[in-house]
Amino acid sequence: MSSIEDLQRKVSELEAKLAAAQGNAGPVRQKIDIMSSEVVDSNPYSRLMALKRMGIVDNYEKIRELSVAVVGVGGVGSVTAEMLTRCGIGKLILYDYDKVELANMNRLFFQPHQAGLSKVNAAAATLQSINPDVTIEAHNYNITTMDNFQKFCDSISKGSLSGGPVDLVLSCVDNFEARMAINTACNELNQRWFESGVSENAVSGHIQFIVPGETACFACAPPLVVASKIDEKTLKREGVCAASLPTTMGIVSGFLVQNTLKFLLGFGNVSHYLGYSALTDFFPTMALKPNPQCEDSYCRLRQTEVNARPAAVEVATEVTEDDKPIHVDNQWGISLVDENSPEEETPNLNLVDGVQVAYSIPVDNSTPESSTGGAVAASELSLEELMQQMKSM
Amino acid sequence: MVDEGTRKTLSSIPLLKTKAGPRDKELWTTRLKEEYQGLIKYVQNNKEADNDWFRLESDKTGTKWFGKCWYIHNLLKYEFDLEFDIPITYPTTAPELALPGLDGKTAKMYRGGKICLTDHFKPLWARNVPRFGIAHAMALGLGPWLAVEIPDLIEKGIIKYQEKSEDSK
Repeated sequence: MSSIEDLQRKVSELEAKLAAAQGNAGPVRQKIDIMSSEVVDSNPYSRLMALKRMGIVDNYEKIRELSVAVVGVGGVGSVTAEMLTRCGIGKLILYDYDKVELANMNRLFFQPHQAGLSKVNAAAATLQSINPDVTIEAHNYNITTMDNFQKFCDSISKGSLSGGPVDLVLSCVDNFEARMAINTACNELNQRWFESGVSENAVSGHIQFIVPGETACFACAPPLVVASKIDEKTLKREGVCAASLPTTMGIVSGFLVQNTLKFLLGFGNVSHYLGYSALTDFFPTMALKPNPQCEDSYCRLRQTEVNARPAAVEVATEVTEDDKPIHVDNQWGISLVDENSPEEETPNLNLVDGVQVAYSIPVDNSTPESSTGGAVAASELSLEELMQQMKSM
Repeated sequence: MVDEGTRKTLSSIPLLKTKAGPRDKELWTTRLKEEYQGLIKYVQNNKEADNDWFRLESDKTGTKWFGKCWYIHNLLKYEFDLEFDIPITYPTTAPELALPGLDGKTAKMYRGGKICLTDHFKPLWARNVPRFGIAHAMALGLGPWLAVEIPDLIEKGIIKYQEKSEDSK
């Protein structure tokens, strides 16, 4: 039988081994109460506070009061969260329901020893060790399901350091469903957010700033894509769903956080839309007005609210640094699906050259397109009876 | 591009009318009835065409769906569990059909066994909101996916034929 002392020693040995294995072995940085601008080796904020002395930012330390939600902690979201952590953001709320896999190692941030851990928990641990001053909250669930969507909305509307709405939501998700769910939530909550994305062929990306009612929401138009200048026919998709590059993702993360900082700390111009084409090093920017016929009723409501406001609060400044002319009638629809489809319609978007809608939507939404089977007739059976009928087939 | 066969199948599935998602309370019940009517008709069509290939059912809320689909290859029947959630953004966004049993076995899949659809599925779905429903997603998404992927996976030896055991009926 081992003595209690032996066992205690064993426990502390094992704890040390575990900590070392988890990468927490080194000296831990202590929390810092007030951001100092003192330039000493030991001050992690000296180079950030120098932004004030250089006249770029008036009030850098304000960042410690601010809260940002990062939805999706993958190739873009994890790097975004790390940048904000190193910048000393007050609070980060992370959402993801995925696990770290070795297949993620072509991207930044996660490390092989984290394979198998949930992305949010692995990220929270790393971020907390980089900067213990940041309050980090991790949510490990899929925001698009009925069970979780309300939790998601509540955590955004009550998640700030003062218990109010977060200052900004950053969408770093990789699918249309989750983007639409964030759009739905932010339109309902009147929450400002950034959409971001990298194309499935990894050679283009974009960020888009969405202020409900003031700028186009994600449902105002079909998704926008930066023209890749690749002939559709030469684009091979055999055997794969998506490619990814750490470079493109790092660039898009950088754009996203740069504009986040500009918005939060009030310096420079915030881009409404900034695209990136890797093959041609082309960066289109443009402003985007909301679509008065947007399918999202809350988007239309926010537009009404904005229009009712006195005109003085023009937040939406046009940022068009590109020399490219804005084409009123652009070439829509690169991949038209149906040869016999009705005339397509795209809302009056004024897209900058080099940016297109991914697909077009027919003008008259009541015209059935590819079905001659007629519409379902109102059933006299109850839902339960229909369920039973389906079950017994 | 949608082939002639799929086009024909699609055209015989009745279109839905109610644009409502799971957060829309009574309207969702109406939509759910339409979904079931569409699915029942589609399964009937399949049976008549001797091409019965799936069964589906949902929980009471109609947001969680599960069932089986199968594919006949060289006279052998390969069966797979099928599941998906109806997202709160439905029917603006299509359901993400998943075959969890094949997760990790093919690159044409996202996490959790969600099948990777062609570039043509989403535009076609978007053009047909709210008229397309679950039956259309099956016909346009999962059907063609199985037809391409399953023979390939069988040939590569990644999936093998399994005799039906006692407990799997």
